[in-house]
Amino acid sequence: MSVLAPIGTYIASAAGTLLVGLALRWYDRKLTARLQWRKGPPWYQPIADVLKLLLCKETLIPSTARGTGFLIAPVIALSSVAVVAGLLWSVLIYRTTVVGDLIVVIYLLLIPPLMTILGASASGSPHAAIGASREMKLILCYELPFVLALLVPVIHAKWSLQIGEMIRYTPLYSVSGVIAMIVAIFAAQAKLGQVPFDIAEAECEIMGGVIVEYSGAPLAMIYLTRAMLLAVMPLLLITVFWGGIEFTFMGILAFIGKYLLLVTITTLIRNTNPRLRIDQAMRFYWMTLTPAAVIAVILAIIGYSRAIGWL
Amino acid sequence: MALKNWALRKSLWVYHVNTGACNNCDIEVVELLTPRYDIERFGMILVGSPRHADVLAVTGSCTRQSQPRLQEIYRQTAKPCVVLAIGSCAGAQGIFAESYHMGAGVDNAIRAIDPNAIILYVPGCPPKPEAMISAAVKAMELLKEVKI
Repeated sequence: MSVLAPIGTYIASAAGTLLVGLALRWYDRKLTARLQWRKGPPWYQPIADVLKLLLCKETLIPSTARGTGFLIAPVIALSSVAVVAGLLWSVLIYRTTVVGDLIVVIYLLLIPPLMTILGASASGSPHAAIGASREMKLILCYELPFVLALLVPVIHAKWSLQIGEMIRYTPLYSVSGVIAMIVAIFAAQAKLGQVPFDIAEAECEIMGGVIVEYSGAPLAMIYLTRAMLLAVMPLLLITVFWGGIEFTFMGILAFIGKYLLLVTITTLIRNTNPRLRIDQAMRFYWMTLTPAAVIAVILAIIGYSRAIGWL
Repeated sequence: MALKNWALRKSLWVYHVNTGACNNCDIEVVELLTPRYDIERFGMILVGSPRHADVLAVTGSCTRQSQPRLQEIYRQTAKPCVVLAIGSCAGAQGIFAESYHMGAGVDNAIRAIDPNAIILYVPGCPPKPEAMISAAVKAMELLKEVKI
């Protein structure tokens, strides 16, 4: 029984995150449509998309592709995001935590982009090869500021790497926390492959880039991975920066508010910016966001050692 | 079975193929994405790759040069898929029908490799966006009965 309970929690929270992610996908598309004065898709749109790809369409494997790597990459990406979802929800609900689970989360969140590169390289298409090289550069861009930004809540939680420990502090209500949160939101934008940083996908220049050769069920896996990431990234940010969730009526309402606020910010950034070139993205992340994250870390260390709360 | 047909019908992704059109039909296709017509109401979006597509929106008169490319794109598309022949040129080669550089025509080129292909014709030069939306809705009606 004691073994089955955490497994059940993981499965239930992964499935729940999947549904939340599909709902957020719809929210994202509907909001985009309303911002452009369009009517937008009906509420069941992501479900219809996934069912169509899973049940109706045939799965094509290009003759130049390496079948195994091509097909297994989306599965690994989806399962790693599912594990992150289970980990975060079990911290939020049961406060179960292990030493260094933040590092596990950072690693697991790195797997979907890596699997995108693997699948794209295995597909044997020149468009996908360009997309894979761009995705690689993009990982180099955003991973450094992302980790630096996550260091700030670690310092606020008295150098603890446990998410269950970090959830008891709210670094957002300090100067360093606000800077780190902004940096983390931009890094999450690139991790999600949303528009100013959808360089690897670039529909109008390299025709979908990394996913150009996927069809049918593997494409549905990629769709689901994206949807789950859209649900998991705000969840991670709320957990480490913004105090997680309290299971009271007001607490749950506040949690939903925070969640929708973060997703809305993501969508607004996506709708008000054109796609950047890879060199512009690199300059933005390394020359602007990384120094900002370093300053946030320094402020947090000063605040911690001198016991100044608002730093 | 009904679920499959429902999902396919409600989520048609469009890939746009130009087989030598004068660009007028293409402008009208892009018009479908604007606030006035907004094809996303029906769950239709433009995608960048034929592998993702359910609908091939073909414009142009299918010249000799572009005919093998059109057939290759049709082979690359994941089945089941629908072909929309948009404009007079795509329907019956328009005023270029007896020209020296014409291929077999969009419908004949596709029927040559798949006799059971679903092809819908949208006549007009260029057809109105309303006509294309009507064709899309007819395609959805058609997909209710298609066996998957």
